[in-house]
Amino acid sequence: MAEATANGLGQHALHPAHDVAAAVMKADTHQEHPIKLYLVVWAWLFILSTCSYLVDYFGLHGYLRWSLILIFMMLKAGLIVAVFMHMAWERLAMMYAIILPPILVLVFVTMMVFEADYTLLTRIAFFGPGP
Amino acid sequence: MAETTHTGQLNRPEGLRGIAADWASDQRAFKNVSWGKAMMWIFLLSDTFIFGCFLLSYMTARMSTRVPWPNPSEVFALRIGGSEIPLILIAIMTFVLISSSGTMAMAVNFGYRRDRRKTAILMLLTAALGATFVGMQAFEWTKLITEGVRPWGNPWGAAQFGSCFFMITGFHGTHVTIGVIFLIILARKVWRGDFDIGRPGFFTSRRGRYENVEIMGLYWHFVDLVWVFIFAFFYLW
Repeated sequence: MAEATANGLGQHALHPAHDVAAAVMKADTHQEHPIKLYLVVWAWLFILSTCSYLVDYFGLHGYLRWSLILIFMMLKAGLIVAVFMHMAWERLAMMYAIILPPILVLVFVTMMVFEADYTLLTRIAFFGPGP
Repeated sequence: MAETTHTGQLNRPEGLRGIAADWASDQRAFKNVSWGKAMMWIFLLSDTFIFGCFLLSYMTARMSTRVPWPNPSEVFALRIGGSEIPLILIAIMTFVLISSSGTMAMAVNFGYRRDRRKTAILMLLTAALGATFVGMQAFEWTKLITEGVRPWGNPWGAAQFGSCFFMITGFHGTHVTIGVIFLIILARKVWRGDFDIGRPGFFTSRRGRYENVEIMGLYWHFVDLVWVFIFAFFYLW
């Protein structure tokens, strides 16, 4: 709690402000990495984006199209979160707190897939199979 | 609590044992992450749920309609030099946004090297690319609206296409616009050297640090990240 109390109003009278800033700065690690790493990731993001565009350009369809789209999407998302947002260098407590909750959205997706199927069946039963 | 004033490397357990130790009571959970960065991450997590719900409702609408979904490959095609190129505008928008993510990552890097000229220039470049993206989105909206796409219908198929499109891309475009505004504000601060002399901010009157550039970067990369999912699910699927 050192940082929170040091920044609190009550403590300002006791410490000179620049000491507080210096203490906070020391406690938190800076994310500094070689520029080459960013350039490599950047290049990969371009390559993966081109690949996912080519999936549409060549008109692939069916399971091949969907699986390729998902693979390229996950690779791009992974690179952005891990390297550009520096998640790869954070502690596990931070990673789990941020990355696990969105994965649980998949439960919601499953529920809505059943719901959508049910809605479609009801619509077909009442209005016939499409115009 | 003494253990949170650590400098440099942390003397704490790693792995699963580390999670239990970090989340245990009466201490700060995110050990070497400042409150600003942690709060930005938690905001981004909540934003993830917002966009997740948009994409989910889009999935539900698309799966439950009896009418065929308009083919995005044709809807977003552009006529360049006499031939229809599928999805070309969206592809260019994707590359523009990825480029802006790259320049932002560079800006963060130069920020920590205390090179304020390069940091500010790279941030302004990021903002310019973001503004280009929003401009192209405005062009895309105009094109679709003149072709008759409305939230309640369109000439090609399922009526829900329009409402999903305007809702999802509109919300994303708003995020980009807000990002551009904050990039310009922060670039001015960097250029003026606010983070070198610890000048208090105009709103919170807290002293800024170069970490603010990294926090801004988190937001910007998140906007790019959301576009990756929109591109895959809305435009390519």
